[in-house]
Amino acid sequence: MNKEKLLLERPLTGSMRPDRRPLDIKEYEDAGGYQALRKALTMTPKEVQEEVKKSNLRGRGGAGFPTGLKWATMAPVEDPRRPRYLIANADEMEPGTFKDRILLEGNPHQLIEGIIITSYAIQADIAYIFLRWEYNVSKHILQKAVTEAREKGYIGKDILNSGYSLDVLVHVSAGRYICGEETALLSALEGRRALPRPRPPHATLVGLWGRPTVVDNAETLCNVSHIIKNGADWYRGLGRTSDGGTKMYGVTGKVKHPGAWELPMGTPAREIFEERAGGMLDGYRFRALIPGGASTEFILDEHLDVNMDFDSLQKVGSRMGTGTMVVLDDKTCPVGFVLNLERFFSRESCGWCTPCREGLWWTERLLDAIENGKGEPEDMDTLQSLTRTMGIGRTFCVLAPGAVEPLQSGLKYFREDFEKHVSGKRCPWR
Amino acid sequence: MLTDKERNEIMAEIGRYPNKRAACVSALKIVQRYRGWVSDEIRDIADLLEMSEDELDGVATFFSHIYTKPLGKHLIFICDSISCWVTGYDELREHLADRLGIRPGETSADGQFTLIPIACLGNCDKAPAMMIDETLYAGLDREKIDEVLKKYE
Repeated sequence: MNKEKLLLERPLTGSMRPDRRPLDIKEYEDAGGYQALRKALTMTPKEVQEEVKKSNLRGRGGAGFPTGLKWATMAPVEDPRRPRYLIANADEMEPGTFKDRILLEGNPHQLIEGIIITSYAIQADIAYIFLRWEYNVSKHILQKAVTEAREKGYIGKDILNSGYSLDVLVHVSAGRYICGEETALLSALEGRRALPRPRPPHATLVGLWGRPTVVDNAETLCNVSHIIKNGADWYRGLGRTSDGGTKMYGVTGKVKHPGAWELPMGTPAREIFEERAGGMLDGYRFRALIPGGASTEFILDEHLDVNMDFDSLQKVGSRMGTGTMVVLDDKTCPVGFVLNLERFFSRESCGWCTPCREGLWWTERLLDAIENGKGEPEDMDTLQSLTRTMGIGRTFCVLAPGAVEPLQSGLKYFREDFEKHVSGKRCPWR
Repeated sequence: MLTDKERNEIMAEIGRYPNKRAACVSALKIVQRYRGWVSDEIRDIADLLEMSEDELDGVATFFSHIYTKPLGKHLIFICDSISCWVTGYDELREHLADRLGIRPGETSADGQFTLIPIACLGNCDKAPAMMIDETLYAGLDREKIDEVLKKYE
């Protein structure tokens, strides 16, 4: 396939090297980079917003909120509060998720161009890239790329003689999953304990230091330059369902070829699992998978023909989340699998609200007891009731409701396995 | 007391944010880089950032990569999240425990290593994975761990 055609089919990864070494600014420009920025600067900010709204781009961090719509809620430019901010959320820490890392490391300028165009669209003055500590390879790559872009005049004062100015800064965090939550991220960036804040007001009205702020996931922002360059209609046409564009999908677990691939939005889960990941390793059988990280509900073989997009997965009782699947095989204990997920959430709870802080702690204790043959029959009912205690609307943010998703679907689909642990007083897998 | 070097580096970080306290995590990391952990310096950093000592202590104890007690010379961050757990985390943890005589959270008797469980390192397609200090190692098994550890012993 020739290069231009490839780029039109797989805009995010089409220009990357097979070994995924980062493209420098010259290589990025040779592949058409920063042309979208030039084009965007000839448009009005409102026109850029409209194009992205028309493209149907939805947030790739997990929630799937329409990106153009979020931008439109930003306080108007007449609002005297300055500076206005854009934050690229690169705090990727959802268990089983490694899609942003590939984009950050392989094509840093794609993110930076997306950041500059988005900042222009919302008239931000400063953009931060909020990066997790563990992504230190990405840190060096991004810092170099920001310097290159600044030297070329894409970042700084009066960008390409447009009169628009922007500074872009890399902020390296120091751990804790909760920092990926939009409002907790704001607290972290302000130099406070990373506790979530009440909403409303939304960050677009009262964000970083009380200023209007858009927070977008890194993968989301990587799409923006392509939408501006090739148009919203082209972008919408890339998807196999009504959600536009392509998506970074991944599969891990006991499969033949674990990995991540950029595919049309809405590619069926079975196709990704069987054709890309090659199905199960010899000697292992498929039992279930979580489609998009630790905070999504299990789906079974009977659901695998589902299109991997935001709306379709909801119809089979799950969520797309980050779109990176983790497979549960027949030689892995499902109770142990759920325990591992809940232990993660329990450890990462920020401790601010009681249902999450206490509920996850008890959930972990009960699951640990069941897994180790010390469970009681009524423990399953207690776990079931905890899924309600920590449900949507009962907690300050969505960490605990996310944690509930694999727990309640685990209790539903693997009931017999839970019961066998309790009645046999041991884990049948050990 | 902060050294001049630490102080200068912290001042440079402050310049990257609209207000001083925003630089606090970076400041803690600077001190930690020279000393391995932070303790009484929290007071000096707090002064520099115009925060109260308690506020800064609250931040320091919140983030998992700020260490408020002494650790080993090398930090082994072993990923215990789901993709690594499915592909052999338990076995690797036991192997490290046998080899170094430490459980998660402990420091080896010779002070060389501290074993720290960590959330998903974002390298799930090459699981299981761990980081030692700032270097990532993936596709691990017992043999590969032995090989990697030799570099640090």
